[in-house]
Amino acid sequence: MENVNTGPQSSGDSRRRIALIGNPNVGKTTVFNILTGMRQKVGNYPGVTVERKVGSLSGTREIDVIDLPGSYSLSPKSLDERIAYDVLMGRLDGESAPDLVVCVVDASNLERNLYLVTQVIDLGLPVIVALNMTDAAEEAGLQIDVAELKEAIGVPVIPMVASKNEGIGKLKYQIRKDELPPPATRSWSIMPAVDVVLPALVEELDGIVAPEGRFIEALQCLTNDTMLDFWTERAPQFHQAVLATREKLDETKAPYRQAEIMGRYAWLSPLVSRITARKIDPSQRTRSDKIDAVLTHRIFGPMLFGLLLLLIFEAVFSWAEPAMDIIELGVVNLGIGVRTVFPASLATDLVVDGMITGVGNVAVFLPQILLLFFFLGLMEDTGYMARSAFIMDRLMSRVGLSGGSVVPLLSSFACAIPGIMAARTLANPRDRLITILVAPLMSCSARLPVYTLFIAAFLPTGTVLGLFSFQGIAMFSMYLLGTVMAFVAAFVLRRIVFKGESSFFAMELPPYRMPRFRQIFWRMIDRSKAFVVRAGKIIFGMSIVLWFLARFPATDADPGIEARRVAADQAREASRTELVETGMSETEAALAVDLSMADEYHSIEAAEAGHQIEHSFIGMLGHGLEPIMRPLGFDWKISAGIVSAFAAREVIISALATIYSVGDVDEDSPLLRDKLKADTYEDGSPVYTPLVAVSLLVFFVLALQCMSTLAIARRETNSLKWPAVMWLYMTGMAYLFSLVIYQGGMALGWG
Amino acid sequence: MTLLDVKPGQRSRITGWSTPEPPERLLEFGLLPGTEVEIVRYAPFGDPIDLKVRGFHLSIRKSEAELLLVESI
Repeated sequence: MENVNTGPQSSGDSRRRIALIGNPNVGKTTVFNILTGMRQKVGNYPGVTVERKVGSLSGTREIDVIDLPGSYSLSPKSLDERIAYDVLMGRLDGESAPDLVVCVVDASNLERNLYLVTQVIDLGLPVIVALNMTDAAEEAGLQIDVAELKEAIGVPVIPMVASKNEGIGKLKYQIRKDELPPPATRSWSIMPAVDVVLPALVEELDGIVAPEGRFIEALQCLTNDTMLDFWTERAPQFHQAVLATREKLDETKAPYRQAEIMGRYAWLSPLVSRITARKIDPSQRTRSDKIDAVLTHRIFGPMLFGLLLLLIFEAVFSWAEPAMDIIELGVVNLGIGVRTVFPASLATDLVVDGMITGVGNVAVFLPQILLLFFFLGLMEDTGYMARSAFIMDRLMSRVGLSGGSVVPLLSSFACAIPGIMAARTLANPRDRLITILVAPLMSCSARLPVYTLFIAAFLPTGTVLGLFSFQGIAMFSMYLLGTVMAFVAAFVLRRIVFKGESSFFAMELPPYRMPRFRQIFWRMIDRSKAFVVRAGKIIFGMSIVLWFLARFPATDADPGIEARRVAADQAREASRTELVETGMSETEAALAVDLSMADEYHSIEAAEAGHQIEHSFIGMLGHGLEPIMRPLGFDWKISAGIVSAFAAREVIISALATIYSVGDVDEDSPLLRDKLKADTYEDGSPVYTPLVAVSLLVFFVLALQCMSTLAIARRETNSLKWPAVMWLYMTGMAYLFSLVIYQGGMALGWG
Repeated sequence: MTLLDVKPGQRSRITGWSTPEPPERLLEFGLLPGTEVEIVRYAPFGDPIDLKVRGFHLSIRKSEAELLLVESI
């Protein structure tokens, strides 16, 4: 995937640029996919993470098709809609306005869809209406007089069923025609109070906005504050003029802010009733209504949603495991292979311990991410996503979130990165921001190995009431603590940071639809690619940085370990000679000796690695942090492990394994467990007590130790402030909780 | 009366808003004076509501429905 945030292909060439716009859930993406085939580029708009999809019209090279984000209106309410408007106005860096706009319209929902069409027509660009889903309209008993619709709005209307490939040929023909349809003129009228003041504002935009866009820009700015803010510095005179006009209108008490909406609907409503004939009583329940009666039922609704969540969890945590094991095994073997082929050197170490490990750290998450995105895609595509928000909104709004936050937060149990990305579906910017800020508190799968190691090593086995094991309860408590604190954080953020901001909730419940697996599949691939590119390069980069920090400065060998190596070499030579004397061949003897001494050499190498890391930058960082971490019960080794965890949390395990000289092991290794248990301070007291383990576990639940999460938050919020806030409050909270637990536990004599 | 006074399944017509600045998004969705609306159902936990308006389903919170003035038909 590449970022396509450069301008048009090249200025001055004659490529025709077509923009596709439409309400969400009208089949716009299907139309786009058919028009472009699979030749698409997915990227981002500069500075924001709104997906930018461009492809060339299949069968041509001269026509670009741009898929704009789904929009209900051109008066932007969300980031997505803002981008759509800016593209249509030719206001994005280096991009001129499109040559033609194709408005995809849901024929079964004409009124609301035509609202957007009238706005697009007012942009003064050539427009074609793709009247999609005519089959759904027919099924609902609606008959649309296409000729009359065309006549009334003044632009070509092409009836089609994109999902069945009907009407696409005609649309393509229209798009390719040399002569574009002439822009239509506005046919609705605005309330007189506004009508008289607009021309003066339009005139103010002379030389600032292209002539055809002036009317809608002036109208938008008059009624919408965010739109006006754009001009504060760019066109102060226009800005002033709008403010003055607003003041005058306020005096007359004219509801000018609603003028546009009322004017458009006043023209649209009669038009739609004139051109549509109903063959079925509109109060009759559709198939979608019948499904809703079950899926949003008071009892079955939440129950089925719960079951679906269980299924997703099961998939992400169980189904993904074999694939993750294979990836881990592959990475280890690749490392071994490289070491066999290439001589031991710094470069080999960099490749194996830095790069291959780095790739492994990314790849190991992929099975979970793919499954998660598959289920998210399925929920979106069928229309169930909106229902899940509908069901959960009440519970979520109590803590300051919205129903739409449920899915992003649940995704964060796998990984905060897809979770934060999923928060884009929230239309309300404040809800979205709060969701992003609390998402990393949900225990992600990178924390799981850390929980596993420390719970298994330090918490008692045994059961409560003979039913639940202590360790199981401990594991559950970790997930519970993170979730509860996410809600607490959301509640506090809502009450303090975003106090008093008005809230609204308006969400379409689209008709249910059969899932289109092809589309779900490609979406899953696109999003996973985005994960690999964005998070992957950070995890990979951090892995290399950490390798460097652990490898340098290179220390001299420890005399004790050196003595062991000399002794081992001597013993090896001695037994080899002995074996040869008994009549064994040279090669056989060497093999036999190597085999019997392998463990000793492995142990020496591990000891050398442990010695190296203690004196490396990571070791120094650990020692440097120890005074701060000591009150939480953490020594320099744990502190060094926490530093390593910034690549990805589970890296603390391999870091500790190196520090404790046990070589490459995973969280289930009894060797590492025993080493941890046996470790003592100089005075003989154990480094790890159950209390230290609990303190460490809580720290991992709450602290934001993930570079990739910070980077994604930076992108998604387009600010440095929010990731900083996120890191500070989470890590501060972690420190505080661990401090209270450890110091409180010590005071109570639980040390 | 407000929209919340209407029982689910009964249709009513919007007469206006009890606030001078109704949420713009709701207006854009066509919740304007003269429009027929019907509460289809309340969400499982009592809020929000599923509203049928201009042929599609829209979910809004009770706090917003309360601002909608309606007359029965």
